[in-house]
Amino acid sequence: MSDEKKPGLRSPLRRKLLMGMAALPAISLLPRTSFAEAPPTSAVNTTGLAVTDSEVTVGILHSVTGTMAISETGSVEAEKLAIEQINAEGGVLGRKIKFIQEDGASDWPTFAEKAKKLLVNDKCAAVMGCWTSASRKAVLPVFEQYNGMLYYPTFYEGLEQSKNVIYTGQEATQQIIAGLDWVNKTKGAKTFYLLGSDYIWPRTSNKIARKHIEGHLQGAKVVGEEYFPLGHTQFNSVINKIKLTKPDVIYAIIVGGSNVAFYKQLKAAGIDLSKQTLLTISVTEDEIDGIGGENIAGAYACMKYFQSLDNPNNKAFVAAFKKMWGEKTVIGDVTQAAYLGPWLWKLTVEKAGSFDIDKIAAASPGVEFKGAPEGYVRIHENHHLWSKTRVGRAKADGQYELIYETADLVEPDPFPKGYQ
Amino acid sequence: MFGDYSLSDLGAIFAMQGFAGLILFSVYVLMALGLAIIFGQMGVINMAHGEFMILGAYVTWMTSSAFQQYLPSLFPGYFFIAMCLAFIASGALGMLVEWALIRHLYKRPLDTLLATWGLSLILQQAYRSVFGAREVGVELPEWMMGSWQATDAIQIPINGMFVMALTVLITIVVAYVLFWSRWGRQVRAVVQNRVMAGAVGINTEKVDRYTFGLGCGIAGIAGSAFTMIGSTGPTAGQLYIVDTFLVVVFGGAASLVGTIASAFTISQAQSTMEFFLSGSMAKVLTLLAIVAILMVRPQGLFALKVRK
Repeated sequence: MSDEKKPGLRSPLRRKLLMGMAALPAISLLPRTSFAEAPPTSAVNTTGLAVTDSEVTVGILHSVTGTMAISETGSVEAEKLAIEQINAEGGVLGRKIKFIQEDGASDWPTFAEKAKKLLVNDKCAAVMGCWTSASRKAVLPVFEQYNGMLYYPTFYEGLEQSKNVIYTGQEATQQIIAGLDWVNKTKGAKTFYLLGSDYIWPRTSNKIARKHIEGHLQGAKVVGEEYFPLGHTQFNSVINKIKLTKPDVIYAIIVGGSNVAFYKQLKAAGIDLSKQTLLTISVTEDEIDGIGGENIAGAYACMKYFQSLDNPNNKAFVAAFKKMWGEKTVIGDVTQAAYLGPWLWKLTVEKAGSFDIDKIAAASPGVEFKGAPEGYVRIHENHHLWSKTRVGRAKADGQYELIYETADLVEPDPFPKGYQ
Repeated sequence: MFGDYSLSDLGAIFAMQGFAGLILFSVYVLMALGLAIIFGQMGVINMAHGEFMILGAYVTWMTSSAFQQYLPSLFPGYFFIAMCLAFIASGALGMLVEWALIRHLYKRPLDTLLATWGLSLILQQAYRSVFGAREVGVELPEWMMGSWQATDAIQIPINGMFVMALTVLITIVVAYVLFWSRWGRQVRAVVQNRVMAGAVGINTEKVDRYTFGLGCGIAGIAGSAFTMIGSTGPTAGQLYIVDTFLVVVFGGAASLVGTIASAFTISQAQSTMEFFLSGSMAKVLTLLAIVAILMVRPQGLFALKVRK
């Protein structure tokens, strides 16, 4: 080292060396064993990914501009938190995670382009990203062609499975069936009114819901099913229809700005959610922020995570998240699922003993994460997660109160038989 | 679908449905008024109309937060102050935009389309940077969020009635200003013949600026009112812009009466069909009908002269 420090080095190199020197004390603080554990790069990276002896590069690919920034901001925050925490614990196979963030700008071709950039130019060892199904569908061929690894956080409609994707959110049957069973059993609900925004996720989800209601719940039936264009803001007509049909349960899968309009108008129309049962799978704490807790209090949501979950993992996670991103931020289901991405990747890499994509894909099934805020999760052979499904009730302060959770982990079933 | 219901049930539903249509009508008028003034009187196609509305919504949100913090006792009435502030903020921004951008483009109407569209993107990103990408929740006074129990079965949303009253009030004020006030006569003179109006001593630049400001200010009020029924986020303005243009173009670009008539037609068609069909289908049929009518009458329902 000392003879490299001779004067006359070109300045960028010298600066790098100085930065390296500055990091030396930090390295000496690491436990001795981590040096012994860190295997040589040539052994853990045989396909030319961006892995050095001290660093590994991953990508973060979400929309931070455009319409979807509203939803995706939380995911970006969670992923950065997870990466920071993993680095504080010594990184992955002795290597610190460095991330490159790209902006999908709520535009699907841009997502594909940026995905290609992250895989081809930056050689990212993994990418945490995408939110809407449309963006995932746009990047999927890119990940398959260039053999990348995507950790996808959103609950979604299912009907997909890829070697190159780990789905950390729930697929539709996990989220829907347990909730319907619960509302049928505890509320004796027999009639359901299905509502949704008009695109693939709500339509597929309602299709599954309808099949389940008509096929598996004794004497239950669907009394109405309606879809609204994305961004629809006037719900008075359908609210009148709901008043006319008086369903036991309003089953709502409305997204985006429409959500706010729907719940405000529902309240204004005199439908009292403490008396009328409403079950949704599309409103997380993030959305309640925009809707206003007082407008949705009393509604039930069925998903796998609520910020209010009472377990030590979650308490630590919520505290760390608020410390990093501010006291006022809220954490919804997808944000938590995004937080799982980097951790699951780290655990998988350590299980495989390699950063190679093929080895990670093969090692993923069976990977367990005991520290997940939602509680224990495990990756299934189909690259989705085993997870519990929970029902929460919205409170006026914008949080959910846990009402019910499944006793066991629910098996992910992206291609459900009899539901298509 | 009505077999199982009693006559009184049906009566109540039809009454409420009638109100739903009227509320939608008021919402459309309120959305479209500002655009109609700017489009009709100045020939400028303001693609950033939605963003001026959202500025009003953000002002309302800030006012609500401020009142909660400093004047909680006056909170029930904050909305009226918020609307005034929204008018001022959006109007001022409108005048600034007219001065910096629009006035250079009066002779190139298609370029105003592009310029204001760019402006809308800039404003969206500005909101995102200032207020954050997430939606904000505007807390409303309790009295505005309930419904009025007219009879046992009929409930009318109070915020809907509020929007209706507001729309009537603003329409009257705008009509008075444009058709009976001295300033309105000047505006109309400029529309009809700019050179001649200048020659008789009207400051045409000033008239343009105030007209644009007025249109944007009304958009601000609309945005403020819509915090009761919709969302407030950086891109929420985009939710309204299509319907707004639909109303204005269908009504005939230069006519306030046309705007109101067209808002009435579209809203009634929309809310009736929404009741009998589903939301998406109603929208498709409404759009089809409008396309068909515009093919027969390209100038819209009521056409007046437009500045060439």
